[in-house]
Amino acid sequence: MRIVVSVKQIIDPELPSSQFKIDPGTKRQQPDGHPLVISPYDENALELALQLKAQTSGHVTVLSAGQSSAVSALRKGLAMGADEAALISDPALEGSDAFGIAAALAHGIQKLGSPDLVLCGCESGDWADRIVGPILAEALGIPCITYVARVEKQNGRLQAQRVVEEGYEIWEVTSPALLTILSHELNVPRYPKVKDIMAASRRPIPTWSLSDIGLEAGRIGKAVTRVEIESLSLPTRESHCEFLEGEPDEQVATLIAKLREKKVI
Amino acid sequence: MAGIFVLAKIQNGAPSRSTLELVGSAQKLATGLQEPLSAGLLGQGDAALLYAYGVETVYRVDHSLLKEYQADLYLLALDRIARTAEPRIILLPGDSLGRDLAARVAFRLEAGIITEVVDIDVDGGGKNLRFTRQAYGGKAVSAIVPKVFPLVVTLKPRTFDPAARAGDRSGTEIPIEVPLDAAQARTRLVKRVQEETTGVKLEDAPVVVSGGRGLGGPEGFNLLVELARVLKGAVGASRAATDAGWVPSSMQVGQTGKTVSPDLYIAIGISGATQHVAGISGAKTIVAINADPEASIFKVAHLGIVGDYKAIIPPLIAKCRELVGG
Ligand SMILES: Cc1cc2nc3c(=O)[nH]c(=O)nc-3n(C[C@H](O)[C@H](O)[C@H](O)COP(=O)(O)OP(=O)(O)OC[C@H]3O[C@@H](n4cnc5c(N)ncnc54)[C@H](O)[C@@H]3O)c2cc1C
Ligand SMILES: Nc1ncnc2c1ncn2[C@@H]1O[C@H](COP(=O)(O)O)[C@@H](O)[C@H]1O
Repeated sequence: MRIVVSVKQIIDPELPSSQFKIDPGTKRQQPDGHPLVISPYDENALELALQLKAQTSGHVTVLSAGQSSAVSALRKGLAMGADEAALISDPALEGSDAFGIAAALAHGIQKLGSPDLVLCGCESGDWADRIVGPILAEALGIPCITYVARVEKQNGRLQAQRVVEEGYEIWEVTSPALLTILSHELNVPRYPKVKDIMAASRRPIPTWSLSDIGLEAGRIGKAVTRVEIESLSLPTRESHCEFLEGEPDEQVATLIAKLREKKVI
Repeated sequence: MAGIFVLAKIQNGAPSRSTLELVGSAQKLATGLQEPLSAGLLGQGDAALLYAYGVETVYRVDHSLLKEYQADLYLLALDRIARTAEPRIILLPGDSLGRDLAARVAFRLEAGIITEVVDIDVDGGGKNLRFTRQAYGGKAVSAIVPKVFPLVVTLKPRTFDPAARAGDRSGTEIPIEVPLDAAQARTRLVKRVQEETTGVKLEDAPVVVSGGRGLGGPEGFNLLVELARVLKGAVGASRAATDAGWVPSSMQVGQTGKTVSPDLYIAIGISGATQHVAGISGAKTIVAINADPEASIFKVAHLGIVGDYKAIIPPLIAKCRELVGG
């Protein structure tokens, strides 16, 4: 089974708010030298791909669209166990929306050959639009199942566990298909071994321009976005926490009194 | 191209809660932009229930293959409705259905798309149309404006007030024939599994008791279930707790998980990452119980107890029982 995992490199999303600054010019987070990571759900997707590979003697490629820095995300993918990596990077990509990114990824995937399975994160750790995966599926003309926590192979078909409000659903699909992946106890990303990190650091990673993947520059980029980010600002949050002091019994008694005062219990 | 369109659902003889949230925002857009308001119904359901909320036209695709949700067939039906109704703005819920369909509908209609919207600005003349959503896991908010129409918009659940009834009104129902064939469904539902702990739906619960990594293991949730039962509430969890497999993913509260807006939210052993807080901004009173006085959760909580939950929850359950009992 040939699997492509689409990974986005982002600034570590778990940094505390106190370190979060906005660049008013680009209306994006100021990089400030913060660590760059693979968007968390994409790492879950890669872990799942590596598990499927182990079961089915597959081949896993990690693919990213972004700046040259994204090579380090792809190197991590190789160190975790991916067989191949490719980066789509071109100045014309700058400022693209999800449709532009998905078009670039679709062309990159076609260049890699026809995969049996494409995995994306269910939502990116920075903008969390939740749309690149389903748009990519449309661009590739393949079915899509979103918010998938687990995947199993059953008589040549894939069974995907999709998390929904009431619980979960099992959907069956035949390859090729695209799944967007959610974190789950069984797809916790593995830590790469030091020797694999060393080996990955020596692997050449091809960087493709738009002409390499056969995409016209006019179809992507800032000029053809369908929506525009007008502003990015810090949320206003005003709340004051009243700490309840004393021994547990006193704290509980005060809590109950306060909640009864507020008429919430 | 004109009009505001919502995908509606009639459940147990009434518009679903998420439909009412969509219609409420659609009314505001329709008034602000002075454009008509229409809705789509896939399958059965009384259209008059929607007219009562100001919907003027209901487009219906009734087909036996639409009884159960299946993305490909729903997409074909929705695409056909949109091409017939030609709305400028299509509102979809930001729940699992909207997360599944919205981007694909936008692709097929060559529409713009803005997801997980938490606020809509529209002035009388309709010149200014602006949608607000969170970004960077709730560390920022962004105002987004459309450059093209049609525009697909998904609304973050439990964020907008449900629509108010507009009174007895009439409307027009337009049936749409869509030739659907089972072979067009590229995915097949094998089974659907329900997960519930206290019998109260998390999204609807007036009280939510949530636990995080600080509970130290799945056993900690037994205490939380007990507390939730006494308070007639539901149990939620942080992603750390669902990722650890302590409780099912459908109990996750936050950016990826559910949005809840209870009267009382009790966060136990949860640090208060912005992605978790993104799911509780509508909670009226937030209580945090955490061993670390510096935990971020205290920045959003109204009442805080610093301590080990194991020492606090048992007496809390006992006291609440006394209250309920007598
Ligand atoms: C794209 C993205 C989406 C995300 N979506 C979500 C989401 O939907 N929901 C969500 O919750 N998270 C989400 N997260 C993850 C989020 O960033 C945090 O990692 C997560 O919320 C942390 O969970 P936690 O608070 O349980 O764990 P921790 O951050 O580890 O906090 C545990 C807390 O327990 C306290 N504690 C320890 N022992 C005790 C004790 N005995 N008694 C009392 N307190 C104790 C500690 O002081 C600590 O504050 C998302 C992250 C990303 C990047
Ligand atoms: N620049 C990118 N390169 C590779 N994959 C991406 C990129 N942007 C988004 N994706 C994929 O699409 C998913 C959803 O992104 P989003 O629509 O931004 O929430 C991510 O988790 C990735 O798998």
